[in-house]
Amino acid sequence: MGSHGIKDQVAIVGMGCTRFAEHWDKSLDDLIVEAAGDTFASAGIGKDDVDAYWFGTAQSGMSGITLARPLQLEGKPVTRVENYCATGSEALRAAAYAVASGAYDVAMAVGAEKVKDSGYQGLNSFPIPNDGTARTLTAAAMFSMVAPAYGKKYGVGEDELSEVLARISWKNHQNGARNPRAQFRKEVSTETICASPRVAGRLGVFDCAGVADGAAAAIVVRAEDAHRYTDHPVFIKALSFAAGSGSGLIDPDYDYTWFPECTLAAEDAYRQAGITDPRRQLAMAEVHDCFTPTELVLMEDLGFCERGTAWKEVLAGTFDRTGELPVNPDGGLKSFGHPVGASGLRMHFEAWLQLRGEATPERQIETDRKLALIHNLGGYPGEMVSFVSVVGTEPG
Amino acid sequence: MRGIVSAAGYVPYRRLQRSAVAQVFGSGGGKGSRAVASHDEDTTTMGVEAARLALRSAPAVAPDGLWFATATPAYLDKTNATAIHAALRLPAEVPAFDFGGALRSGAGALVCALRADGSGATLVVVADIRDGLPTSADESAGGDGGAALVVGDNGPGHPVIAEYLGGASVTDEFLDRWRTVGDRRSKTWEERFGETRYVPLGEQAWAAGLKAAGVVAEDIDKVAVTGMHSRAAKALARKLGVEADRLVDDLSTTVGQTGAAHAGLLLTSMLERAEPDQLLAVVALADGADVIVFRTTPAVADWSPSEPIADQVAAGADLPYGKFLTWRGMVTPEPPRRPEPQRVSSSAAWRNEDWKYGFVGSKDRTSESVHLPPSRISMKGGAVDDMEPIGRADAIATIATYTVDRMAYSPSPPTVFAVLDFDGGGRFPVELTDVDPDRVAIGDRVAMTFRKLFTADGIHDYFWKAKPLRTGTSD
Repeated sequence: MGSHGIKDQVAIVGMGCTRFAEHWDKSLDDLIVEAAGDTFASAGIGKDDVDAYWFGTAQSGMSGITLARPLQLEGKPVTRVENYCATGSEALRAAAYAVASGAYDVAMAVGAEKVKDSGYQGLNSFPIPNDGTARTLTAAAMFSMVAPAYGKKYGVGEDELSEVLARISWKNHQNGARNPRAQFRKEVSTETICASPRVAGRLGVFDCAGVADGAAAAIVVRAEDAHRYTDHPVFIKALSFAAGSGSGLIDPDYDYTWFPECTLAAEDAYRQAGITDPRRQLAMAEVHDCFTPTELVLMEDLGFCERGTAWKEVLAGTFDRTGELPVNPDGGLKSFGHPVGASGLRMHFEAWLQLRGEATPERQIETDRKLALIHNLGGYPGEMVSFVSVVGTEPG
Repeated sequence: MRGIVSAAGYVPYRRLQRSAVAQVFGSGGGKGSRAVASHDEDTTTMGVEAARLALRSAPAVAPDGLWFATATPAYLDKTNATAIHAALRLPAEVPAFDFGGALRSGAGALVCALRADGSGATLVVVADIRDGLPTSADESAGGDGGAALVVGDNGPGHPVIAEYLGGASVTDEFLDRWRTVGDRRSKTWEERFGETRYVPLGEQAWAAGLKAAGVVAEDIDKVAVTGMHSRAAKALARKLGVEADRLVDDLSTTVGQTGAAHAGLLLTSMLERAEPDQLLAVVALADGADVIVFRTTPAVADWSPSEPIADQVAAGADLPYGKFLTWRGMVTPEPPRRPEPQRVSSSAAWRNEDWKYGFVGSKDRTSESVHLPPSRISMKGGAVDDMEPIGRADAIATIATYTVDRMAYSPSPPTVFAVLDFDGGGRFPVELTDVDPDRVAIGDRVAMTFRKLFTADGIHDYFWKAKPLRTGTSD
């Protein structure tokens, strides 16, 4: 028994990602064809060279056919996976394990979501028949309960906390403004952020992730085969996943100031990757900033700083693109947008670009460090799934 | 001895100041206020609330039957009393029946229960929601509310507080007020005609009722005269041979006329102020006249109503007229741009009846952790199938944290939502109701209340919400 990881057994050798946007003129199939095509080109192979496919979509389609039909895959093993907003990462996880097991030589993970055809703002889930007693709150409302709880626990005043959250939004917009694939490519002042209309609790529009259509994909092979496809493979150092029991919602001990599932997943990932000091060993981190308080708390859950100190580190610029540990250099969910099934792969795409020095120059980070962390969660405070991976450019 | 063992009224939290009507329309309205059922209340939920209070004041009594009367039923075909039955967690062997449709059914259910010697304890629940078109007399004079009366015999721990001495009913077929199925508004014949019918019918029933009870009018200590025809009720009151100061407040200036519920509500109000050995009478005018006479017993002095009607009346808060019209479906404002909820699954609701209707969770016998909803496997220690049910409907809770959701679908946005920690164990995140979003605070004390979350495909989704503790006596 144990979580052993697959450190350096599998490498990503090709990736692609569409622009994330309100793609009124593009169907789910268009987005899939575009992301998959870029990914095949990136790895220098064709669809028939891939032995197995995993397709992540939260609510844009059912079964592997949703991927097999637009790509016209003939008789391949194609599996649809879903795990809330961590769906894209789940597809990569499955593909990586399939290769590591020796079952396949080449596997592909594709994540895609067509959110903007619903006619409603925000994300909307499939209705599952139920007894009518389930919560009907929006995700924004659930996450909005984190901010006051955090402020109370650590003695951060309301105004100061607003400044901290605005700083996170400001930073992610700064980064997204320099990213041609981001949904929102505009810098936004903290004054504008603070004055935005309230959505839930104290959270305003600029505290919430963008909602966009998009797709992203990755091709993975065994590490020893990686250089056949690219001179600069990105090796998987760790893949971890933790699903909570949902008891945080009904456990009086849960205080809404942290996400235990994320801490568990991070600890497991660091163990697999042999990381002891993430803040100093990681070149960058992509984290699931669905709402600004989420990113705040994640800085502590992922071990980037001590409990109760993230708000100071945010204000000090620690997680800015030019800071000690750049977080969400691509703009994050906030500014890159959040097509649910694609987001996990989009996060890996940024690590792929940055570690290989291929990000647009105005947002390229320092790459003296060779490791990147990706954190992707799904669900709500108290009822969450969390994914953490570590990838790097050097084996061993 | 048969009579009333316990009773309670339920007056919803919101009030419409009648003057608000003329401010908008230039006419209509009047003086005083009327009680307004919240957007998440119907006659069934108000009946549940009244019944919970009545049983709380007589914990030793176990109803042998539940009768529910309203002129505004939430469902036709389907019995509404069964939802009340489920919310009260009454045994399956206790029958639950609706008295359908008519305004008279409220007083009628009470009369039947009082006359049914040997039938044990009957929980009579009445509730009504009174509608009228904007500026109409019905809109202003009507009121929403409910009452519940436990009718039964003297028993250990549940003595009769008001003995039924007798009464009389007189019936006549004539059209004074009517409403066809599906109509929102009632229609009435010329007012004078009804008055000329109701006053003599009332006098006839009054004389017969007093005779049956073996008392004379001069001995009556308090009498409540009620009927939708307020002019007839007032005229009759002057002819009863009872001094004016013995007529009880008919709640028309504070609550309004609650239709099928009003006789029960006024009787309860009288009982809540009564002293031992008083003669109380109710005269209800609807398609005839019903008279009921009681003598309070010494036990009334020891009976402690859990939330007296006077306290509920005093605790009300005003509702803007626009909200009132919205809640009544008279105007349709822009809804939140979110998908509407789907209908409740009948089979899923049935499987979870104790949870959904009774707010019953489970408690792990080993770790004592409380699971809401109930769980087979414990969140602490992992014990399997070793839980006991734990009802949380009557537990008081403290707000651990809360939020205001301005985007979620709600029949009346915004949604105020709180994470509750219950006294005696259990945490549950749940919607708040009867609340001003700007006045919620962490640490506030709340009580659970049975509500209707929404209606989809004609199915009402009943479940529990929390409301601020205001009248204090439940703590």
